[in-house]
Amino acid sequence: MSRKQREEERVRGIFARRAALLGIGQIGLLGFLAHRLYRLQVEEGERYATLADENRLSARLLAPPRGRVLDRQGLVIAGNQLNWRALLVAEHTTDVAATLETFTRIVPLSDAEKARIEREVRRRRRFVPVTVREFLTWEEMARIELNAPDLPGISVDVGTTRIYPEAEHLAHMVGYVAPPAERDLDGDPLLELPGIRVGRAGVERHHDLALRGRAGAVQLEVNAVGRVIRELDRREGVQGQDVQLSVDAELQKSIRGKIEEGTSIVLMDARNGEVLAMATQPSFDPNLFNSGVSPAQWRQWTANRATPLINKATNGLYAPGSTFKMVVALAGLEARVVTPGERINCPGHMDLGDARFHCWHRAGHGGMDMRAALKHSCDVYFYELAKRVGMDRIAAMARRFGMGVPLEIELPGARPGLVPTREWRQAQGKPWALGDTVVHGIGQGFYQLTPLSLATMTARLATGRAVQPHLTRAIGGRPVRGSRPEDWPSLGIPDAHLRLVRDAMWSVVNEQGGTARTSRLPPETGAQMSGKTGTTQVRRVSREQRERGFRVEQLPREWRPHALFVGFAPHDNPVFAVAVVVEHGTSGSGAAAPLARDVLVEAFQRLRPGPGGMLRVAEASR
Amino acid sequence: MSEFRPALRFERRLLSRERGTGIFGKLWQIPWLLVLLLCAVAGIGYVALYSAGGGGVEPYAGRHAIRFGFGLVLMLSIALVDIRLIARFAWVGYVVGVGLLVLVALHGQVGGGAQRWINLGPVQLQPSEFMKIMLVLALASWFHRASWERIGNPLFLVPPIILILLPAALIFRQPNLGTALIICMIGGAVIFAAGVRIWKFALVAVAIGASVPLVYQNLHAYQRARITTFLDPESDPLGAGYNIIQSKIALGSGGFWGKGFLQGTQGHLNFLPEKQTDFIFTMIAEEFGLVGALMTLGILACVVAFGFLVALRSRNHFGRLVAVGLSSNYFLYVFVNIAMVTGTIPVGGVPLPLISHGGSAMLTTMLGFGLLVSAHVHRDVEMAAPRESG
Repeated sequence: MSRKQREEERVRGIFARRAALLGIGQIGLLGFLAHRLYRLQVEEGERYATLADENRLSARLLAPPRGRVLDRQGLVIAGNQLNWRALLVAEHTTDVAATLETFTRIVPLSDAEKARIEREVRRRRRFVPVTVREFLTWEEMARIELNAPDLPGISVDVGTTRIYPEAEHLAHMVGYVAPPAERDLDGDPLLELPGIRVGRAGVERHHDLALRGRAGAVQLEVNAVGRVIRELDRREGVQGQDVQLSVDAELQKSIRGKIEEGTSIVLMDARNGEVLAMATQPSFDPNLFNSGVSPAQWRQWTANRATPLINKATNGLYAPGSTFKMVVALAGLEARVVTPGERINCPGHMDLGDARFHCWHRAGHGGMDMRAALKHSCDVYFYELAKRVGMDRIAAMARRFGMGVPLEIELPGARPGLVPTREWRQAQGKPWALGDTVVHGIGQGFYQLTPLSLATMTARLATGRAVQPHLTRAIGGRPVRGSRPEDWPSLGIPDAHLRLVRDAMWSVVNEQGGTARTSRLPPETGAQMSGKTGTTQVRRVSREQRERGFRVEQLPREWRPHALFVGFAPHDNPVFAVAVVVEHGTSGSGAAAPLARDVLVEAFQRLRPGPGGMLRVAEASR
Repeated sequence: MSEFRPALRFERRLLSRERGTGIFGKLWQIPWLLVLLLCAVAGIGYVALYSAGGGGVEPYAGRHAIRFGFGLVLMLSIALVDIRLIARFAWVGYVVGVGLLVLVALHGQVGGGAQRWINLGPVQLQPSEFMKIMLVLALASWFHRASWERIGNPLFLVPPIILILLPAALIFRQPNLGTALIICMIGGAVIFAAGVRIWKFALVAVAIGASVPLVYQNLHAYQRARITTFLDPESDPLGAGYNIIQSKIALGSGGFWGKGFLQGTQGHLNFLPEKQTDFIFTMIAEEFGLVGALMTLGILACVVAFGFLVALRSRNHFGRLVAVGLSSNYFLYVFVNIAMVTGTIPVGGVPLPLISHGGSAMLTTMLGFGLLVSAHVHRDVEMAAPRESG
């Protein structure tokens, strides 16, 4: 028994040691877990707290409504309307292609659309919704909602879309909007939202930042599958600002109704440079850009030789012809190479070396002083004057009048045009001959000027101030600089010179024998127009044709000369400046001047310059 | 067997306050501190499950309380059963356990990619949990008979190794690598406590080390994936590594004081997977912080320590080995589960008994504690080791 007891004791001892070892080891391992918990919860706690917040917090952007574009009377010319659209969130579906396939059975998608959607899905982050289809009808929207269980990742929401109530009438000025392209992504998170549009042309593009506004954001708490549990924080965005333009939409529409293809008319407030109307034909409907222009439509626009997408008032380039003669006259006066009273004889042509330069009046005007030369548009007088002044001084004067230089008009892509100089010609590797100067004295030759720059020249002539043409009156209800005449510096041309030229322009319209005598304003306007006609050849008339007794009416239309007219009114206290270019209109006095008269009559009627000369306007409401 | 006298008078059995005899005497002997600790653990479980249920008694917390009540009754009933009776029928339990494992291999319900469950109408039984306890009893019974000399004999060790490897192999085939390893560890703990020489363990350890590459080749793809994602959870943040990452985020973001009861964002926004079962500890740590996590861990450690105290105070070898085996069993649950949710070892689908939601684990755990308490109640019982008779 004692042996047994001894063994019992021994076994008990071994067991006690081993059990204690096991127990201590196990408690030690639990202690290790405690240490591990300390590491995770205290030492790394902050990092994990951040990760937990990243899990549960989701910021979503709120798209502010795009600002409207208004005309000077407050009429909406670019606004927003409701738009039902289907969106796809890639991370909510396992198979984007399958979802789109199911969607196609409900609302048909073309292969091109599917390709675009899949491209956008790849380009954007997986939680950013991608627009599948916009402008859903109510019925399509209902069908999508009904089939929602079979369309993982698809949701329908209501957004806004741009609408241009005046359609093509103001398209060249307002421009249009389109989904942002890769190059538009400037870091503004707003541009990543589905259905967002950026301005692509015209004022929409120039004032895009003001119109766009700033994105708001909501901070949401979401669960593991992305369902929104509650809204934690909301920061409202800044709504896009309304932009009020100086144009009058009704006047613009009415003017566009009067003109044919290839005609451009620019009507400005001569005192401050505000563009009141800028009409060209043909134009395009900017609403079509909303849903994406179809390839067929695009081909139709680009293949059309009349270039409906191009604003001929800012991008059409023409020789100014006789409308340029005022500039030559002022250059001559400033250079003191001529006095107003000096008479230059016009025998119907001028010889220079073995070249002969004809006056439009083959029989000759006889002795002409400056006023008479402008009134009758005598070419020989200005050949001689140009020869005396030289091209450099003519070009310098032209630039002071806004020709051949960039203008401040808010239309991206507007062309500055070209006033040739000797350097310019020499840069082309060609010499500048005296004959070139002579030709450029009557506005022919290498000039490439836009109707807008002709209107600018006229406005500066009428006011003596370096006004810049512009379209914006107010942004977000705040007027922009430049609406008062005092905002613009003087041209620095002596009043006497300007008065002489203006007086000559008055005689063009209002005196017996003036080239635009038939286009004077009717008495009910209570004002008189001053102006200058111009006719520019698009093909050289050969001597042979001249001798055969050539008449332009016999030419095919596209060979006939362009007709031009620039003018301002009222003569004594100019308010309006107008420039008209009628492509292939044959004669400035016959085609362009009557249009200018009609435009001014309408402008007086509609805008009614008041006692202080202020034009009718409605202040923009925010 | 001479002490086992069922013919004692009823009154005496009922009224005796002598140690280990009489129902009141036994009730007196029940370690109420342990019962209190277990109630505390279940209470923590109730609170955590109340939160996991979205702040309500339904669907988890209420059922948890009822199950624990049943479990408590089961535990106290078993505690009163004489340990000698238990020792006598240990083999029956082992055979039933293996039989159930075979049954589950043939007709089991597939869960989590493995056959683990037997559907018994309202209760789903997981035989591997039951098996752990029966293995402890069988091993304790075997070594209880052993004299010191026989333990030294290598041949004497062959039957217990077979006792371990048979259920381990069946569980491994389910396939459930984690539980198979736990079975081996529990068996190892009992054999170690029984006094088998340490160099023999070293030999086995070397053998296991040598066979690791072989085992790895025979692992299921999902088991390999678990090991790979354990080593680098960020390699697959939306797939297999998601659970570990989200659990660590939940734990870590709890910080020192926690986010507050019902305020755990990871749990309530469903970032935390299986928060009511395997990841219940994460839920506690997120809402009650390091303070709550360490208090829970401390109570669990007390339960384990109490088991070892029972083992040390028992005067019969069977009771000692049962106490060591069952304590180690509960320790392994706790350790594997918490190590798993803290990203310390690969995810293994091990619940935290008495805290996690689930009936099968609760009942087997309480069965185990019943046996442990019985060992304590009957700690002074003389158990003659029938050396030769077997």
